[in-house]
Amino acid sequence: MDIFETIVAKASGISADSPLAGALSLRSDILHLTENSHEASLRPNHPGGLSHAERAGLACRIAKRNNEETLARHYESLFSVGSHALADTDFEGGHDTRIKAILRHTDLVTLNPKDVKAEDVSALKSAGLNDADIVRLSELIAFIAYQIRVVTGLRLMAQVA
Amino acid sequence: MNEPIKEFTSSIPFWQPRVIPLELEQASDEQLDAMKVTVSNTKIGEYTLVLALDPETLQQRTPLFNGIMYGRGGLSRAETELGAVAASVVNRCIYCAAVHANRYSQLTKDESVMDSIFTDGEDADLDERQKALLGFATKLSKCPSEATRSDVERLVDNGLSMGEILDLVLSASLFGWANRLMHVLGDPLHQD
Repeated sequence: MDIFETIVAKASGISADSPLAGALSLRSDILHLTENSHEASLRPNHPGGLSHAERAGLACRIAKRNNEETLARHYESLFSVGSHALADTDFEGGHDTRIKAILRHTDLVTLNPKDVKAEDVSALKSAGLNDADIVRLSELIAFIAYQIRVVTGLRLMAQVA
Repeated sequence: MNEPIKEFTSSIPFWQPRVIPLELEQASDEQLDAMKVTVSNTKIGEYTLVLALDPETLQQRTPLFNGIMYGRGGLSRAETELGAVAASVVNRCIYCAAVHANRYSQLTKDESVMDSIFTDGEDADLDERQKALLGFATKLSKCPSEATRSDVERLVDNGLSMGEILDLVLSASLFGWANRLMHVLGDPLHQD
């Protein structure tokens, strides 16, 4: 895959004729692994207890929490039935205990990771998530935090390059 | 009783998972394959066994992590570690901060920089280049990011190339990821 076709390059507006093209090409391995991680987080072969639709909705929600509109639109392009509600930052889960716990945790880890405590992981277990699903959710939230920051950083670099 | 460590330290803690790690004997071929990228087959840490519960992401994350932290060329190893520490301080990941502060101090043979960051955070008493690196990586690690164009200009003014700045972006961003696993999925405890 052409590195300038990766989500990160496209979202940050860096193309093959950009002044940053050379620097980016030197890290083409990282861009490819980032793209693979995106697939593994958003569209895994074995999604376990966290569906593709839920993953896309949560990713979009996280992007909105970061004021990252371009990536929010990208994650929206992956939406299917059930994604929309989770991406709505005013939605807290209604009466669905599992969704409520997932949304609370996603917002907490996105906005204030420093405040996460053991009880927050216990709360996910109480809401019915098993250990593997807790790891899947954590990887999704954490990867999106990374992807957003890479795009934010590249965009700032492009203003200076 | 061994309480979780709350303050930054250069002594590397013991990491106690909050979920039950994979039992090696029960690992699938996919999980074994995802884990062996990182480790010699003698000992697999609890953290890897936790992440192996989701082998598809682990499979990609390990080479990505190594590529950013240990890739050839670009930003120096020590300054890459500084980006990791900046994120870990913002996210208060005691474990990651300890490991990467240690690496920084070993590489530079100077413990004063990390001591100062652990005590004073963003206001640490550092040289101009270190301040520029720490300042940018700290702001990028906030949610939402507070980094601006002038923070990047400050890096350029302190002699960083675009390739080096890219590596700093990657290292700080990578720890936005790593901290959200390490700090969320386990507790840092004193080594017995």
